[in-house]
Amino acid sequence: MPFIPHTEEDVKEMLASIGASSIEELFDEIPPDLKTGALTCVPPGMSEMEISRLMLERAQADGFYLSFIGAGAYEHHIPAAVWQITTRGEFYSSYTPYQAEASQGTLQLLYEYQTMMASLTGMDVSNASLYDGATALAEAALMAVRQHKTSRRILVPRTVHPAYRKVLSAIVRNQDIEVVEIPFCPESGQVLLEHLEPFGQEDFAALVIPQPNFFGVLEQVDAMTDWAHAKHSSVIAVVNPMSLAMLVPPGEWGTQGADIAVGEGQPLGIPLSSGGPYFGFMTCKHDLVRQMPGRIIGRTVDLDNKPGFVLTLQAREQHIRRSKATSNICTNQGLMVTAATIYMSLLGPEGLRQVAAQSHANMLQLAEQLEQLPGVKRVYSGPCFHEVALTLPRPVNEILQALKEQGILGGLNLQEHYPELENALLVCATETKTADDLNKYSEMLGKILKKYG
Amino acid sequence: MLIFEHSRPGRRNRSQFSTTTAEKKNIPQNLLRKSPMLLPEASEMDVVRHYTRLSQKNFSIDTEFYPLGSCTMKYNPRACNALAMLPQFLARHPLAPEDTGQGFLACMYELQEILKDVTGMAGVSLTPMAGAQGELIGVMMIRAYHEARGDKNRTEIIVPDAAHGTNPATAVMCGYKVVEIATDKEGNVDMAALKAAVGPQTAGLMLTNPSTLGVFEKNVSEMSRIVHDAGGLLYYDGANLNAVLGKVKPGDMGFDVIHINLHKTFSTPHGGGGPGAAPVGVAERLLPYLPVPMVAHERGVYRWLTEKDVPHTIGRLSAHMGNAGVLLRAYVYVRLLGVKGMNRVSEYATLNANYLMAELSKAGFEIAFPTRRASHEFIVTLKDIKEKTGVTAMNLAKRLLDKGYHAPTTYFPILIPECLLIEPAETESKETLDAFTAAMKEILVEIQEQPDMVKSAPHDMPLRKLDDVKAARELDLTWKP
Repeated sequence: MPFIPHTEEDVKEMLASIGASSIEELFDEIPPDLKTGALTCVPPGMSEMEISRLMLERAQADGFYLSFIGAGAYEHHIPAAVWQITTRGEFYSSYTPYQAEASQGTLQLLYEYQTMMASLTGMDVSNASLYDGATALAEAALMAVRQHKTSRRILVPRTVHPAYRKVLSAIVRNQDIEVVEIPFCPESGQVLLEHLEPFGQEDFAALVIPQPNFFGVLEQVDAMTDWAHAKHSSVIAVVNPMSLAMLVPPGEWGTQGADIAVGEGQPLGIPLSSGGPYFGFMTCKHDLVRQMPGRIIGRTVDLDNKPGFVLTLQAREQHIRRSKATSNICTNQGLMVTAATIYMSLLGPEGLRQVAAQSHANMLQLAEQLEQLPGVKRVYSGPCFHEVALTLPRPVNEILQALKEQGILGGLNLQEHYPELENALLVCATETKTADDLNKYSEMLGKILKKYG
Repeated sequence: MLIFEHSRPGRRNRSQFSTTTAEKKNIPQNLLRKSPMLLPEASEMDVVRHYTRLSQKNFSIDTEFYPLGSCTMKYNPRACNALAMLPQFLARHPLAPEDTGQGFLACMYELQEILKDVTGMAGVSLTPMAGAQGELIGVMMIRAYHEARGDKNRTEIIVPDAAHGTNPATAVMCGYKVVEIATDKEGNVDMAALKAAVGPQTAGLMLTNPSTLGVFEKNVSEMSRIVHDAGGLLYYDGANLNAVLGKVKPGDMGFDVIHINLHKTFSTPHGGGGPGAAPVGVAERLLPYLPVPMVAHERGVYRWLTEKDVPHTIGRLSAHMGNAGVLLRAYVYVRLLGVKGMNRVSEYATLNANYLMAELSKAGFEIAFPTRRASHEFIVTLKDIKEKTGVTAMNLAKRLLDKGYHAPTTYFPILIPECLLIEPAETESKETLDAFTAAMKEILVEIQEQPDMVKSAPHDMPLRKLDDVKAARELDLTWKP
């Protein structure tokens, strides 16, 4: 019996203590007509050796590719120490740190994480994580609406990740919150003040500003932030944490800084792993801390005045507040945050800056090489971080198929999300790409395009 | 000591640095960061040592018995972790084409089908990333169902007072008003209260069965009839599915929608507070509303089902497909268990709970529902002890830490005064349960002989009792240099 230690003798003694004649008798309160539970689709059990063989075969069938896909999930090198420590049983198999005295490891780590994220985003406080970047955006929108009190409108540029916009709409829809989409400049790939103006006539709770945006383009964050603040609305920044090693953090946008910063924590040491588990981060200005959802760790002292850490401000949360909680969130992404904290500690400020700078440089190099191919050009004139949108002379899916046959995943077909963007491809290069990798991509794309003439 | 205090300006962890320099740069000056980042400058060994030491300050399943009620802290098999972390699985980009992920998708499809069977539901979507998100998605589907029928007057969700806090919080997030109903003396939902609460305004009832009181709701079929007759739907909170796995299927109990906490019943790690995963299952009438993406298997090929295939879906609730790596761990677990192993989970979880309940009762502890069978958990109440000695459930919990046991869940469910909700899980041996009982007996003696010592526990942990009030009053949420 996998993972069940009982001997026959144990079972006998235990039943005798209970005063039952069989294990089945312990289920005698379940009405017999409900006991129809025979499992018909569950296969027989396997040994660890057998399942290992099966999983290895399946993993090998999926194989490895030279990938230039980004679009919200990014390939970065993860130091070996990150997951070796993260998967130590004491982190891996512990529960939410409700018993503070027995959870100082997790609690102190989360406090360190909060410090790092607040600093990285230039904000005052951080929570201990949300599910992913998309749900973090939805929680930020709910937070802004609670704070604003009169308006239930959220302005969201179309340059925000399309999946994030879908998740946002799905979550806030039931609370009568209106999500208003803002167009963008088809030349620069940015939201300009002229696009915002028409939507500022009526009150709104918050403006969402992505940096970099879905096209990899850098938005004019200062002007946008000041515009929203002039209308007495909040600013929600959606940022790539890796980019913040190079870019002005949300807390310093415009004259007052963004009010809430959220995003996808995956670039900080989390493997791509088909989309999860990742973690959403959320930081904010101090005056919003009581509106923030999720776990928050605080430093305090014990009876001997020794410093220690506890879950704090729990009166916001569902297990205390029930129907009046700021959110229903309970379990978050603790283990992913453990990895991210170790990742940021191993890289340090200079290491993180290097990864960001190398990713940016590789993107520029790749774009330059690809633009030399006939019919390939940048879609937008705005500056980019580590992703760039390119127009190809042929339908994107054809080209991606041909590249895949050569072991290259060439990027994301933008038309699937933006119907007006014909033959447009979103390409990403991070620090993991070597000069040889970039050459292989440009040479292969050159050959494919030549074949079409 | 904090990691920041290990930092020295100019210390570099060179092996993580690129050997080439990035020369190209094209970002306008006004967008470039000028302020420093508060990240430590430490050597690799310092970082490894610091976090290894921190880990040693945690209790965990791998190191201690962890009888946390309603959390199902069972052994997390190492094979599940190792196989989910095969390099090809880790490297796979979520937007990579389906034909480059057939191995991964096969696992997801099979897990989906196995969960359908286990729950007795018509369809399953794997996307929810935690129990509370599964609940949110479930209630969103209930709402979508009523709306699609033009049934707009259903504004209330009924929740028993013993329910997890996520139930009422979720209903509110979905725009519903919450109606709480009482529990009777035997730990069942008060049927009169249910009948009084149900009406044309009822959108649904959220129920955990076995309940968080550790007993099976015997009247579940009758409850199902009452709610359905009023036009409402039934939500099954799968938090306690471990207790009935292979014995009863929620679908057979009349439930329309369910979430399954894979981090409980299917043994994926709790990770110090996540990540979880909570697939949702639905009965026939809710199939059109399931969240995307799901996995289809057609002519030997696996593919994602998207909005195009499920036009009435409530939509996407995660940027990609949810917590894929957690789902892989659950898949390995179900394959290791197989059909026989899965039946045994609930049998031995129930045996362990009833045995521990019997032993603690014999040791002199008051059981909250002594006439009932324990499901996979049960409640001890310290109401009398507190009245006589002033020792609380929290004091006892902290004293257990001194004795090397993680505390049970305390003060939940809130309707039982001074309660400990104890769930031993099937992976614990009789010796462990006996040792735990012995520790509880010792504490009982200590409560009589040295109550003040128990009240000021813990004594043998790295820290003594922490000041929660100070933490909330004088907020210190980030370190300042």
